Amino acid sequence: MSHGQTTLSFRENSVRALGDDALRAAMKQAADTFGTRRADAFAPVTAVEALRDRASAIREEVLKDLPGYVERFAASAARAGATVHRAKNATAAREIIARILSDRGAKRIVKGKSMVSEEVDLNAHLEAAGMEVVETDLGEYIIQMEGEAPSHIIVPAIHKNRRQVGKLFAERLGVPYSEDPQVLTKIARKALREKFLTADAGISGANFAAADTGSIVLFTNEGNGRMVTTVPPLHVAILSIEKMIPSLADLPDFIRLLPRSATGQPITSYVSVITGPRKPGDATGAKELHIVLLDNGRTEILAGESRDILKCIRCGACMNVCPVYRTVGGHSYGWTYPGPMGLILTALLTGMAKSHPVVDASTLCGACVEVCPVRVPLVPLILQLRRRKVREGFSGPMEKRGMALFGKVAASPFLFALGQRLAALFWPVVRVLGGKDVAGRLPAPARVPFRRKAS
Amino acid sequence: MRVLLFGTCLVDTFFPEVGEATVRLLRRFGATPVFPKGQTCCGQPAFNAGHEADARTAAAHFLSVFDGDDPIVTPSGSCAAMVKHHYPDLFRGDPRMLAKAERAGERIHELTQFLVHVARAHEAGLRGKGRITYHSSCHLTRSLGVREEPLLLLRSMKGATFVPMPDAGRCCGFGGTFMAKLPEISCALAEEKAVSIEATGADTVTGCDSGCLMNIADAMKRRGTAVRVAHLAQLLAEGL
Repeated sequence: MSHGQTTLSFRENSVRALGDDALRAAMKQAADTFGTRRADAFAPVTAVEALRDRASAIREEVLKDLPGYVERFAASAARAGATVHRAKNATAAREIIARILSDRGAKRIVKGKSMVSEEVDLNAHLEAAGMEVVETDLGEYIIQMEGEAPSHIIVPAIHKNRRQVGKLFAERLGVPYSEDPQVLTKIARKALREKFLTADAGISGANFAAADTGSIVLFTNEGNGRMVTTVPPLHVAILSIEKMIPSLADLPDFIRLLPRSATGQPITSYVSVITGPRKPGDATGAKELHIVLLDNGRTEILAGESRDILKCIRCGACMNVCPVYRTVGGHSYGWTYPGPMGLILTALLTGMAKSHPVVDASTLCGACVEVCPVRVPLVPLILQLRRRKVREGFSGPMEKRGMALFGKVAASPFLFALGQRLAALFWPVVRVLGGKDVAGRLPAPARVPFRRKAS
Repeated sequence: MRVLLFGTCLVDTFFPEVGEATVRLLRRFGATPVFPKGQTCCGQPAFNAGHEADARTAAAHFLSVFDGDDPIVTPSGSCAAMVKHHYPDLFRGDPRMLAKAERAGERIHELTQFLVHVARAHEAGLRGKGRITYHSSCHLTRSLGVREEPLLLLRSMKGATFVPMPDAGRCCGFGGTFMAKLPEISCALAEEKAVSIEATGADTVTGCDSGCLMNIADAMKRRGTAVRVAHLAQLLAEGL
């Protein structure tokens, strides 16, 4: 994953993705499946809208006093026996985690799925420090083997089909080729079991952090999350500060909403609530628990006009229904988070200079707003970022002049009518000058526009 | 009843037949449409691309041209949504203009809203023909909340068969400036929409936004799909 300052090339990436038939077929099938499953999962739930309102209000309450909730969480987690670290940015997070691990001589690390760890590019840093880092979520395991980044925040290998996975496993693990998902899962399970049992430390993310109890909450399906957080003697959890919920008592609403929105499940196979390290008499749990709270720009976002994006609970529903995402896949966006929530976070966290092409990656159709379980105003946020892009001078001189001209023409019926006449008169020329991608897709203007016929 | 007709820039420039159909429908149902000659564009291209000042210029012009108390009718869900939901945002800092914008938002009706709620055209037994499928455009449904009105009208047409389209509400990829900025994705989405239309076996596809219909027509032309693309206003006016 690139963390440099080069501009993200969304259009070029998407053109490449459009030419990849396997990717397009996989994306379409997965997005359709999740869309249908989501609808089916919510069908029996009564008062869904009230549930969404409540969840939205809880998230809103957190944002009203985020620093306060983070303080409360840190104090509660410390009381429960966890060591809490604050990381201002990605570099700090990487260093803190590397130090925790190296101080304890940890070499073999198993990881549960964590987009925040992707955001800070943790794996590369730990590997450079001589550690072995193994992703244990099946999808993450696959893309780590392929040397790719996740293309979806919940389903990291959504862009791959089973034949590609079968081929990859045969090449890298020396197993006979199979394209049977059950066989492939068993192969991964066997390889991973070995890693869990010999790991020095486990790293996980977290879906929520309850400020009153200091608990971190993980929603997982494969059991790997529980292995990562309980089998090795040391557990390091990394989460961004906006994952707070005021109380563990708020969790049930999110249990009802998040899995349904994400994968269309009424609940994930595992919901793990981890409150401090293993205590005397506990049957399981890591002996030592470190929680790294990552800011990395959140405090700044909170103070600005785009703060509502911090309500996001990372379910991925917005990307599953996004016509752009489901057509070009997550890698086209060029950074950690794809789709509607992702392009907003990308612009805010990596800066407009790097990310301005990505804010165009929406038709503003609003399908995302319809499914967001916590009512993040995604379309208004995208529009806001486009205004910022223009304000900060990243819209390009051609577009700027074009839009200024548009404003003048729109304010002058004379110029407007003149423009219509000229376009109709010189259409063959305009069509060529306007390019096949734009003017080439428009019909010829009417010889007599409506304004000359209407009374 | 006097109504001010906002033709929209696309209808005015490319699809005058949609404007003429709208006029015939309004007249048939007892309204007197007036086309204010000063009208141009609602300003969406600038607004959606983030050029707020230029959008405000267009919006201020619209508000001066459509000043007054008469209802405004437009054959476009997207442009109606722009006036209703985004004009107020553009004039937050100007109480006088904000009041005008909010008033315009209350006065504007997308054509099918007017036809169903004011004219009750769906009870008039309009005629139609063939198998018609319908693309439910994004701003019409999700921003303006107009979902049932076009369907009521379509289902009321005697002699025509309404065939629902799979994923009728999935974006066609037009997106205003999106079609120019990311043409490859725009074309891919339009093609997907064309495939859905072909799957219905309909001979006509209709909708309430000329931008979407234009984009869909282009994709179908490329694919060689022999399905007629017509604005709902045209189909309804043909059945008068």
